[in-house]
Amino acid sequence: MRSPEPAVLEARYTWGGDEFLFVEVSESMSLAANFKVMSIASKLSAMELPGMVDVCPANASLLVRFDPDILPPSTLEETVRTIEGDLTHHRDHSLETRIIEVPVWYEDPFTAEVAERFREGFHQEPGGTDIDYAAKVNNLKDAAEFIQRHHEQPWLVSMVGFVAGLPFLFQLVERERQLEVPKYLSPRTDTPKLTVGHGGCFGCIYSVRGAGGYQMFGVAAAPIFDPAQSLVDFKDFMVFFKPGDIVKFKPVTEAEYNDIQADISAGTFRYRQAPVTFDLSKALADAEGYNQELMEALNGV
Amino acid sequence: MAFDIKNPGLATTVQDQGRTGHYNVGIPQSGSMDQYSAELGNALVGNTAREAVLECTYLGPVLTTDKDAVIAVTGAPVEVKINGESRPQWTRLLLRAGDELSFGVIRGGTRYYIAVQGGIDVPEVLGSRSTYSLGAIGGFQGRKLEAGDQVPVGAPVNAGALPAVDTIPDEFRPAFAKEQAVRIVLGLYDHRLTDEGLDNLLNGEWKVTPVADRMGLRYSGPGVKWKEREQPFGAGSDPSNIVDAGYAVGSIQIPGGTQPIILHRDAVSGGGYAMVGTVISADMDLVARAAPGTSTRFVAVTLDEALGARMELAELRRKARAAVGAGS
Repeated sequence: MRSPEPAVLEARYTWGGDEFLFVEVSESMSLAANFKVMSIASKLSAMELPGMVDVCPANASLLVRFDPDILPPSTLEETVRTIEGDLTHHRDHSLETRIIEVPVWYEDPFTAEVAERFREGFHQEPGGTDIDYAAKVNNLKDAAEFIQRHHEQPWLVSMVGFVAGLPFLFQLVERERQLEVPKYLSPRTDTPKLTVGHGGCFGCIYSVRGAGGYQMFGVAAAPIFDPAQSLVDFKDFMVFFKPGDIVKFKPVTEAEYNDIQADISAGTFRYRQAPVTFDLSKALADAEGYNQELMEALNGV
Repeated sequence: MAFDIKNPGLATTVQDQGRTGHYNVGIPQSGSMDQYSAELGNALVGNTAREAVLECTYLGPVLTTDKDAVIAVTGAPVEVKINGESRPQWTRLLLRAGDELSFGVIRGGTRYYIAVQGGIDVPEVLGSRSTYSLGAIGGFQGRKLEAGDQVPVGAPVNAGALPAVDTIPDEFRPAFAKEQAVRIVLGLYDHRLTDEGLDNLLNGEWKVTPVADRMGLRYSGPGVKWKEREQPFGAGSDPSNIVDAGYAVGSIQIPGGTQPIILHRDAVSGGGYAMVGTVISADMDLVARAAPGTSTRFVAVTLDEALGARMELAELRRKARAAVGAGS
């Protein structure tokens, strides 16, 4: 990226009680920080250390749960520090992943209905819509321009969590092109399932109905968390997204949204997706140019 | 064999030791909030520690059984009634086919447990029978119990062998006190508190508010102060905000510096609030026993002290099981 990025230096190690090691790779969000988190997490997971319970990569930090009866804290810390040190020496900066097209009905009636119930005292501009507000704070002309910016460039799943299967999304654009929108002033007690939301520099898709504080722009047309595992995309696991996935939003009309609902009911819906190798240095050198290359993988799928 | 739920109570769920290995995609560990009480209930009825129990919150269920069932009620103090007659807690009981189990008013704490020989036999989801309500997985159809549910009970384990003693001796029954000292390991983002803020956290008196459930407990008290700073990119505007990160179970966050929240077994797996420390694993059951109004002090301990307390709790559990003649 042309704008100066803070260098990702040595991580900070700290304990979350006697069962969690927290590794803060960077205080601020950046693609490089997230990439380092994912690299440490995948190398650590692959070691399958006895006593390692959960390896949870997040946006710019890593949380590891361990059983100290089996894995002494000092051994775990040394292991992670060694992995971190090796990364600095071997600049292995590519990731085997996939790009997925996610259909979204922007400005849908479901999120509009919920937004109407949470205006005064909740929202910065109770008289307007979330998307109009998002356009304004990003100095964009109108909602249409915001939606264009939202779906024309892909996003990286930088973390999965909060609730089951919810992806945090970081758009693969230069920092000055990042969309930033404050969260609601006070969190809502309700958010429709599959709401496409945004808070700070992160997008998300709410996997389940519930509380939430992100601005609401639309609904994703297809499930991302399916405990019944009825669709083919969920054959192996009830959660669809993994950290490192690349998401390309595709705007759909009400009619297209309804067609997708029919496919889901019939059990025939599948996400359009293709395997890609994501190269960090290419992304940092020319984000939007490299995105074109990534998105071409979806052609003909 | 099954329990027929006549009245579900306030929030009765199937729980076991919990579900690990999927926290990286936001699936919390769940499981009995007060693991110690649930385990001793299982011990009394001849189960291993792995069998699922019913966790009752304040108001317990009214249920009947279609076959004779060996049960025990442990956890928060409450009157246990079979066909309206008072029966002891922390003691093995026989519930005959057609008998009705019900409860009086809770006298302290928050949760009590119904253990049954053979365990609650709902299907395992991702290796556990625990209910995760928000994700609608595990437990009985992914939700708390409702009237009319037929909750299946499994076949006895260990060929139906029961331990020699039928009651947990007093010295092994936990206290459900109005005051608690909860041990924490400082860390995570504690360096972002001012000295005064840290002093308030460790020396102030905090009270459990009514906003307390399986996800977490919120405390009122003197509040804390966060150091002012220019917020890093992506972290949000309040000094208590961080770039969204994973949350340790038991970690303490203080949004806006007002009310600390201890995250418990059904908590969200991550978010954008700075955590200042984490309840040690040995005190998570203690926190689960706190009722609203419980006066709480947070006591900072080292990681080594936390590991020592963990070993002490394991030893206490071993001794309690041995006291009734249950295997370990």
